Amino acid sequence: MSEIQYLPGKEPHPCEHRLIFKNIDRQGWDTSIETYMADGGYDQLKKALTMEPQAITNEVKTSGLRGRGGAGFPTGVKWGFIPPGNTKPVYLICNCDESEPGTFKDRYIVHQDPHQLIEGMVISAFAVGAHTAYIYMREEFPEAAITMEKAIEEARAKGFIGKNINGSGFDLEIWVHRGAAAYICGEETGLIESLEGKRPYPRIKPPYFPAALGLYMAPTIVNNVESLCHVKHILEMGGEEYAKLGVERNTGTRILCVSGDVKNPGYYEVQVGKLTMGELINDVCGGPKDGRKVKAVIPGGSSSKILRADETFKIGRGDDAKEITFWDIQLDFDTLAACGSMAGSGGVIVLDDSRKMSWVLNNINHFYAHESCGQCTPCREGSTWMRKLSDRIVDGSANPEDIQTLEDVAYQIDGKTVCAFGEASSWPVEAIISKFRDELIAETSENNKHLSKEQLQREAYLAQ
Amino acid sequence: MSQEILEQLVASEPTPGEQHFPPFEATAEIEALADERIRHYPESQLSAVLPLLHIVQHHFGFISKEAITWVANKLEVEPIKVTSVVTFYPGFRQHAPGKFHYRVCRTLSCAMGGSYELMDTLCEITGIDRSKLSHHHPIVVSPCGNYSVEFAECLASCGTAPVCLVNDDFHEGVTADKAQALVDSYKP
Ligand SMILES: Cc1cc2nc3c(=O)[nH]c(=O)nc-3n(C[C@H](O)[C@H](O)[C@H](O)COP(=O)(O)O)c2cc1C
Ligand code: SF4
Ligand code: FES
Repeated sequence: MSEIQYLPGKEPHPCEHRLIFKNIDRQGWDTSIETYMADGGYDQLKKALTMEPQAITNEVKTSGLRGRGGAGFPTGVKWGFIPPGNTKPVYLICNCDESEPGTFKDRYIVHQDPHQLIEGMVISAFAVGAHTAYIYMREEFPEAAITMEKAIEEARAKGFIGKNINGSGFDLEIWVHRGAAAYICGEETGLIESLEGKRPYPRIKPPYFPAALGLYMAPTIVNNVESLCHVKHILEMGGEEYAKLGVERNTGTRILCVSGDVKNPGYYEVQVGKLTMGELINDVCGGPKDGRKVKAVIPGGSSSKILRADETFKIGRGDDAKEITFWDIQLDFDTLAACGSMAGSGGVIVLDDSRKMSWVLNNINHFYAHESCGQCTPCREGSTWMRKLSDRIVDGSANPEDIQTLEDVAYQIDGKTVCAFGEASSWPVEAIISKFRDELIAETSENNKHLSKEQLQREAYLAQ
Repeated sequence: MSQEILEQLVASEPTPGEQHFPPFEATAEIEALADERIRHYPESQLSAVLPLLHIVQHHFGFISKEAITWVANKLEVEPIKVTSVVTFYPGFRQHAPGKFHYRVCRTLSCAMGGSYELMDTLCEITGIDRSKLSHHHPIVVSPCGNYSVEFAECLASCGTAPVCLVNDDFHEGVTADKAQALVDSYKP
């Protein structure tokens, strides 16, 4: 293969290791199946169809691939949860809802490299025994829905989708299903309800683990776009070789999406855990804007807990225990979890010292209050209450006690809801308050200490 | 909730945007598009409710009561099932938008990049009363009916903030100073 050239200004950073994003912004690249096949596309699919399905799952297990949608659950292990002796149809769903604030990676795959996703999906469907697969695409990607459907037609014409794929006897249909602008459809059981044509109210787990009771109450594997693309590369490299990328228990590459206050925001595909926070922000992204300092970072989508730039963390146990600074954090699932946050969906939002934390918190609270599906009371009421409280902090009418109330509300949601949205909405509040309490309290007026807006209005009226 | 109460809830209000959309009609073309989509869900017709509503909204601008009845008949379900879906999703509208519908991302990275300023400027240029935009009125249409605005949540392009959608076209790096050029590129 000749040396790959990228579009001017879009060249990968030297620290990148591109598998999934190899063709993104590539010169001379387009979404057609001819271009994809001229580059070795669908070779792994042909190979997969000659293998035992179980052998593919085993390769994925060996690779150590962990889901890139948010929770970081091992993909091969998830596939193994389909009940043995199952007689119902099995479904594969590709989660392309990409709606966690700060995340923008799946977008480029479905717009620029649709066949990579299809190849990953057909291999995965064959491994889990699915004959029907859906791509759940967020409504706000209208162009991608067209691109993917066109690519599916091309793949069908070449015999990679449909009946008796490539003469193997394996049948698979893939359909694009568009959502309608609701974040909760990213949650896998909400997604399934939505795909069934109902309001996307998440189901309670247990018992509704999709791998056993998913779409139409049949076994269903839900995987993120990026996770499914990795499957193709795992077959190409072999699970063992793939596992050599990255670090122990955090293998392979992943796409970090950096936004906010850095000179060069963007997407960077790196080996998991091989880069520290300092290297990512200062070397890869060019550091903070001129004259500014990094104040804090939200490391894995807006629901992950914020990290202060001046924090230190105790990680590891026993002999391995050590103290590290914010800048030394290795960007992998386990290190970020040990620092009290999470790698989540890979959306890194950088905030500099010009940002007020009350404003940041309020923006986040508006998102979750808008997106709660409303099914359970702590989340529905709590998210709105949190929004109202932070509205008051921002508009200067909050009492110092309101900070405490806000924190209490967050802890009343966390762990008490049907789905993980409860944590997603309360973690940012808990973390921002615990790490920036003084700054928030300074914004509440001491003079207004015991007076609400209504009380103040009343006082003003009486003083007339 | 009874069907009657729900129907009152979703009763479409007239907007100046209506002039740009034909009234709902289940033409042969629409029927064919719907039948093709229903085929994608051999296990359950109800699954086609979102795709059918998308067809309706794409062609007629919003989801009217007549359209809900048609979708329900098509899928052989009670209209209330369709109504409950329409009223849940922010992606479905019950009133006509403008000819050019602007959806500006308001989530963190875009807000940091100036998306609220973008919204203010867009409203100024298009003659939309910015103060009317609220949680209860997520969409505001300009008096001339050519434009409407709405805030969107994270559009998954935070690295190129601020971003917006104009109908189905995506635009990145749209700071307030680029609003005029953007509006000019969509001549009514
Ligand atoms: C509130 C909420 C929103 C989510 N949004 C997304 C999303 O937009 N995209 C995604 O891939 N996963 C999302 N997830 C995670 C999915 O539930 C699921 O774990 C994931 O799609 C599994 O794929 P993976 O194992 O490949 O990561 C979300 C989870 C929650 C709780
Ligand atoms: S936690 Fe929130 S989003 Fe999840 S089911 Fe309950 S109300 Fe819905
Ligand atoms: S915050 Fe606007 S695209 Fe993500």
